[in-house]
Amino acid sequence: MIGMTHVLDPDALPDDARALMAPLPPYDDVTRSDSAFRAFLHGLPGVDQVGAEARVAMLGTRSIKTTAKAWAIDTAISMVDLTTLEGADTPGKVRSLAAKARRPDPGDPTCPQVAAVCVYGDLAGVAREALGDSGIHVAAVATAFPSGRASRAVKIADVKDAVANGADEIDMVIDRGAFLAGRYLDVYEEIVAVKEACARPGGRAPAHLKVILETGELVTLDNVRRASWIAMLAGGDFIKTSTGKVSPAATLPVSLVMLEAVRDFRAATGRQIGFKPAGGIRTTKDAIKHLVLINETVGPDWLDPDWFRFGASSLLNDLLLQRQKLRTGHYSGPDYVTVD
Amino acid sequence: MSDRLAVRKTYKLYVNGAFPRSESGRTYEVTDTRGHFLANAARASRKDARDAVVAARAAFPKWSAMTAYNRGQVLYRVAEVMEGRHAQFCEEVAAGEGLSTSKARAAVDAAIDRWVWYAGWTDKLAAVLGGANPVAGPYFDFSMPEPTGVVAVLAPQQSSLLGLVSVLAPVLAGGNTAVVVTSRERPLPAVTLAEVLATSDVPGGTVNLLTGDAEELGTWLAEHADVDAIDLTGAPAGRAMEFEREAAGTVKRVVRPTAAEPDWTADPGLSRMTPFLETKTVWHPIGV
Amino acid sequence: MTSLFEYAPAPESRSIVDIAPSYGLFIDGEFVDGTGESFKSVNPATEEVLTEVSAGSGADVDRAVAAARRAFTRVWGPMRPADRGKYLFRIARLLQERAREFAVLESLDNGKPIRESRDVDVPLAAAHFFYHAGWADKLDHAGLGPGPRPLGVAGQVIPWNFPLLMLAWKVAPALATGNTVVLKPAETTPLTALLFAEVCQQADLPPGVVNIVTGAGDTGRAVVEHGDVDKVAFTGSTEVGKSIARAVAGTRKSLTLELGGKAANIVFDDAPIDQAVEGIVQGIFFNQGHVCCAGSRLLVQESVHDEAIASLQRRIGTLRVGDPLDKNTDIGAINSAEQLARIRELSDVGEAEGAQRWQPACDLPDRGFWYPPTVFTDVSPAHRIAREEVFGPVLSVLTFRTPDEAVAKANNSTYGLSAGIWTEKGSRILKIANQLRAGVVWANTFNKFDPTSPFGGYKQSGYGREGGRHGLTGYLKGATHS
Repeated sequence: MIGMTHVLDPDALPDDARALMAPLPPYDDVTRSDSAFRAFLHGLPGVDQVGAEARVAMLGTRSIKTTAKAWAIDTAISMVDLTTLEGADTPGKVRSLAAKARRPDPGDPTCPQVAAVCVYGDLAGVAREALGDSGIHVAAVATAFPSGRASRAVKIADVKDAVANGADEIDMVIDRGAFLAGRYLDVYEEIVAVKEACARPGGRAPAHLKVILETGELVTLDNVRRASWIAMLAGGDFIKTSTGKVSPAATLPVSLVMLEAVRDFRAATGRQIGFKPAGGIRTTKDAIKHLVLINETVGPDWLDPDWFRFGASSLLNDLLLQRQKLRTGHYSGPDYVTVD
Repeated sequence: MSDRLAVRKTYKLYVNGAFPRSESGRTYEVTDTRGHFLANAARASRKDARDAVVAARAAFPKWSAMTAYNRGQVLYRVAEVMEGRHAQFCEEVAAGEGLSTSKARAAVDAAIDRWVWYAGWTDKLAAVLGGANPVAGPYFDFSMPEPTGVVAVLAPQQSSLLGLVSVLAPVLAGGNTAVVVTSRERPLPAVTLAEVLATSDVPGGTVNLLTGDAEELGTWLAEHADVDAIDLTGAPAGRAMEFEREAAGTVKRVVRPTAAEPDWTADPGLSRMTPFLETKTVWHPIGV
Repeated sequence: MTSLFEYAPAPESRSIVDIAPSYGLFIDGEFVDGTGESFKSVNPATEEVLTEVSAGSGADVDRAVAAARRAFTRVWGPMRPADRGKYLFRIARLLQERAREFAVLESLDNGKPIRESRDVDVPLAAAHFFYHAGWADKLDHAGLGPGPRPLGVAGQVIPWNFPLLMLAWKVAPALATGNTVVLKPAETTPLTALLFAEVCQQADLPPGVVNIVTGAGDTGRAVVEHGDVDKVAFTGSTEVGKSIARAVAGTRKSLTLELGGKAANIVFDDAPIDQAVEGIVQGIFFNQGHVCCAGSRLLVQESVHDEAIASLQRRIGTLRVGDPLDKNTDIGAINSAEQLARIRELSDVGEAEGAQRWQPACDLPDRGFWYPPTVFTDVSPAHRIAREEVFGPVLSVLTFRTPDEAVAKANNSTYGLSAGIWTEKGSRILKIANQLRAGVVWANTFNKFDPTSPFGGYKQSGYGREGGRHGLTGYLKGATHS
C-alpha cells in the first residue's frame, strides 16, 4: 500500500520536540504513542446523533424577540469573520470588503464593526493595510486550504507567508485523509507544527490559530468530537467547523458537539478554546440559533468575539436588514445594504 | 385375576419439583362419581400455597429465559411422557369424571394433543403478538410479548385432565410459572400429571400442583403480593367476585370464570395465553 | 458587548382562546347544565379562576350513558366502518387546524409550558386520531382473531397531566373500534376536553358517540360503576386504579388500567454522556415530572457518578422555570396546590431520611403553584423517594456497580411502567431491556411516544396497552391479542 508521503520535509521536528509539544495536563501523556492517542480519542464519550439532533431542534424553538433580538444581532455582527475565499479575489475586492467590515451599515454609525476579515494568505497584506488601526483582525486561510493536500513543508510555508503578510489569525485545515486513515498523531503533529509557524517576530504574540476540522468530510459526530480534541490538545486557539467549500458545513448538531468539546476541555485543563462555525450560516435566524446554542451549552463566557466567530459572507447583510427592521419598525430591502 | 395385592399410590402435592404431603397433615377422601373410595388426597393449606408461590417465583427466571424453541420441546416432551401413561390417565379420568372408557380416552387424547398444540406455539407468539412499530421519527421501535410472571390457576372443577391441561399449558407456553389448585373432587389425574411433569424436562418449581379446596386457597393466592395473575376458571360459584376484588389489591391480571365450564374440546385460540403475557416496547434511536 | 444573553419575554398570546364564564356537560351532542354542584377551574400559574364547570351527578351520568348506548345501538355500531374512520380523520384535521387554540388552553388550564403543549401534546393527540381513523375499516386485518366486535359503551376516566392527549389515547381507539364513549376529564383540567366536544360538533359526529361529563371523583365513580357501561378505561393513580378494579370485579366489564410508575433510568459508564444528561432531564422534568413514566430514579454507574451528576447539575442550571405561556419556558407550574403539597412533603421526607437535596438557583413566581427542579443524591433503595411516585420535578439518584445490580435495583419496585438504558454497547442494551420488568424501555432516549407504539405497564403500573395494534384489543370482543 502506498501511503501519503511528505517528500519535502525540511522542517521535520527534532527528536526532542515531543516534550515541547506535550498537551496540557491532565492530558500530557496521551500523545506518547499512536496507540495511546488512539485509545484516548476512542475513549471519549460517544455521541448519539439522534439525541444531538433533538437537542438542537429543541433549542431552535427558542423565541428571541425585541431587546434580546437587538442584542443578539449586534453581538452577531461583532462576531463575523467577513470572508472572501474565491479564485477571483483581487486587491480591489478585498479593500471593499475591508471597508464594509469597518462600517457594515454606512447609514448607521451605531452599527458595530465585524471581528475580522478572512482572506487567502496572499491577500492578507492588502487586508492588513485596508483595515489599518480599526482593530479588526486579518484572518488568513492557509495550509493548502481548502483540501489540505500538500506536503507539510508547503503548508508551513503557506502559514509563514500569511503571517509575514500581516495575518493576525491563521485558519488552517486538518489532514482529513490522515484522520480518516486513523493516523491521529500525524494530524496532531501537523497542528503543532503549524502553531509553531504562527510565531511572529518582535516579541509579538503568535497569530491565533483556528483549526478547521472540515466536519462535512468527517461525517460522524463521534469523529467531530475526536477531531476537536486533537485540535485542542495540539494547541489550537479556536476550533472551526468547515472551509465553506464542502457541504454540509456548519450544522447545529456539529456545533453542539464542538461546543461540548471546548466546554469539557476548559473544565479539565483550565484553558478556554474558541469556536467558529463557518459555511452555511446565511440568515439572522441561523445566527441567533447559534447564539442560543452557545448560551445554553457553554454559557456567556463564549458570547464574545474573542471566543466565538461566524465564518460568513452573506450573513452580514441579513443581520443588517434585520437590524434596520428592528430600528425602523418596517421591513428593509437588499438595496438598503451594500453588496460588499 | 391375579391374587397379588396391589401397591396403592399415595397422592401427594407437587411443589418445587418434589412430592410433599401437606404441611398441615390434612388429607381428604376422593371417590368416584358413584361414591366409591379412590384415594386420600393431600389437602393443601395456605402454607403449602405460600411454598408453591416461592417455588414458582424461584423457577421463573430460568423458565422465562429459556429459548422459545427449547420451551416448546419441553412442553412436547410432556406430551410424549403422558402418552406412556395413557391407560393410567384413562382409568383415573373415567373413575373421577364418571366417563365411559371411550369418552375418557377421547379426553386423554385431547389433553395430550393440547400439550402438542401449545408446544408449537412457544416460538410463534413473538411473531404473532409482537413486531416493529413504525413510529414517526428516527427510532427503531419494537414490541414483544413477555410472560407476566407467577400465575395462580384455579383449575376447572369438572374436567379434571383436559380442563387442567387447557388452563395450565397456555400459562407455561408463554413462559410463566404456575401454582395450580386442582379440581377438588377430581384431583387424581392432576397428581399423575405431576408425576409426568417430574419425569419430563419441566424444571422443578415451574409447575406446582396443589390438591385441595379452591375456595380455601383462592383467597390466599388472590391476595398474595408475589402472584402476578390469577385464572379464576375453577373458582367455586359465588366466590369469583370476591377473589377478583382481592386480586385488585395488587393489580393482578384476572381471568374471570364463565357461567358454565367451557367446552374444552374447542379450539382455544390465543385466548388463554394473552391474559398472561405483557407487551414490552423498546425504543432505540437510528443514527450513525 | 459582554452582557448576558437575557431572553426577552416571548409570551404566546392567549387571545386565541375564548373561555366562557361557565361550562356545562356535553351529552348527546349538546352542552347541557349539570345537576351537580359546579366547580372552578384555575390557572395553576396564577391561581386565576378561568371558569366554572358543571359537576356531573349520578343522574347526569345516567343520561350520558343512555345517550352513548343509543348512539351505539342505532348509529355508531351499525355505521359502515369506513365512515366511522372518516369522522375520526375529520377530528384529526380539526385538531390540527385548531392546534394553537388547544395548546394555549392546555397550558392555561394545566400549567405546562406552551412549548410542550404546542410541540408534544396537541400534535400527538391529532396523530392518535389520524392513526386510529385508518384502523376503523381494517380491523379484520389487524390479526386480532376473527370478526372482532365492539364492546359497546366505554366509560373512560383520565388524569390531569396530559388532558387532551389522554383523551385522544382513550377516545380514538374506542371510536375506531365502534364503541361509544362517556369520558370524565380530570377535575383540575376539564377545558380542552370541553373544547374537544366543540370539535365533535364541528365534525358533525353523531350525537351521543362522545359524551363528556366533568366532575371530581364521585362523577368518575358513577361512570365506572354504571351498570350499562361495557368497558372501563382508566389512567391515573395506582390507588384509584385498584379501587376501580375492585368496583368492576364480578361484572362483565372489560378493564384497562394505566397507573403509576417509578421508572429507573440506567446510565452506564460508556453512555453517550451529553445525550444521557439530556435524557435524564427530559425523563424527569418533562411536564414538571407529572408523568407516570417519568424517569424518577436515576441509576448511575458508581464509577461515573460524580461527573454525571456535575454535568446534570450544570444542565439543570440552564432550565427556564416560569410563565407556561412563554415560548422559552422549560418548566411550568405544578398543576394544583394539592399536588404541590405532596411534592413538598415527599421532598422533605427525602431530606429527613438522609438524602442530599440539590436545587439550582431559580426565581419562582410569587403567585401560583411552583416547585424548582430538584435532585436528591445519596438516595438508598429504602428511602421513600426511591419507592413512591412523587409525580413532580424531583429526581432520586442511586448508584450501581454491575449490570446485574442495575437490573436488580431497577426491578425492585411494585411498579413496572417504563425504564431507560444509556450505553453505547448494543448487546448490553438488548440484554438489559430483556431483563427489565417494564412495559416501555427507552434505550438511549426517553419519554418518546407514538400512536403506533403500545404503551402500558407491568405489575402495579396496570394492564392493557394503549397505542398500536395492541391498543385496539381493549375495545374489542374476542380480540385475542394482548
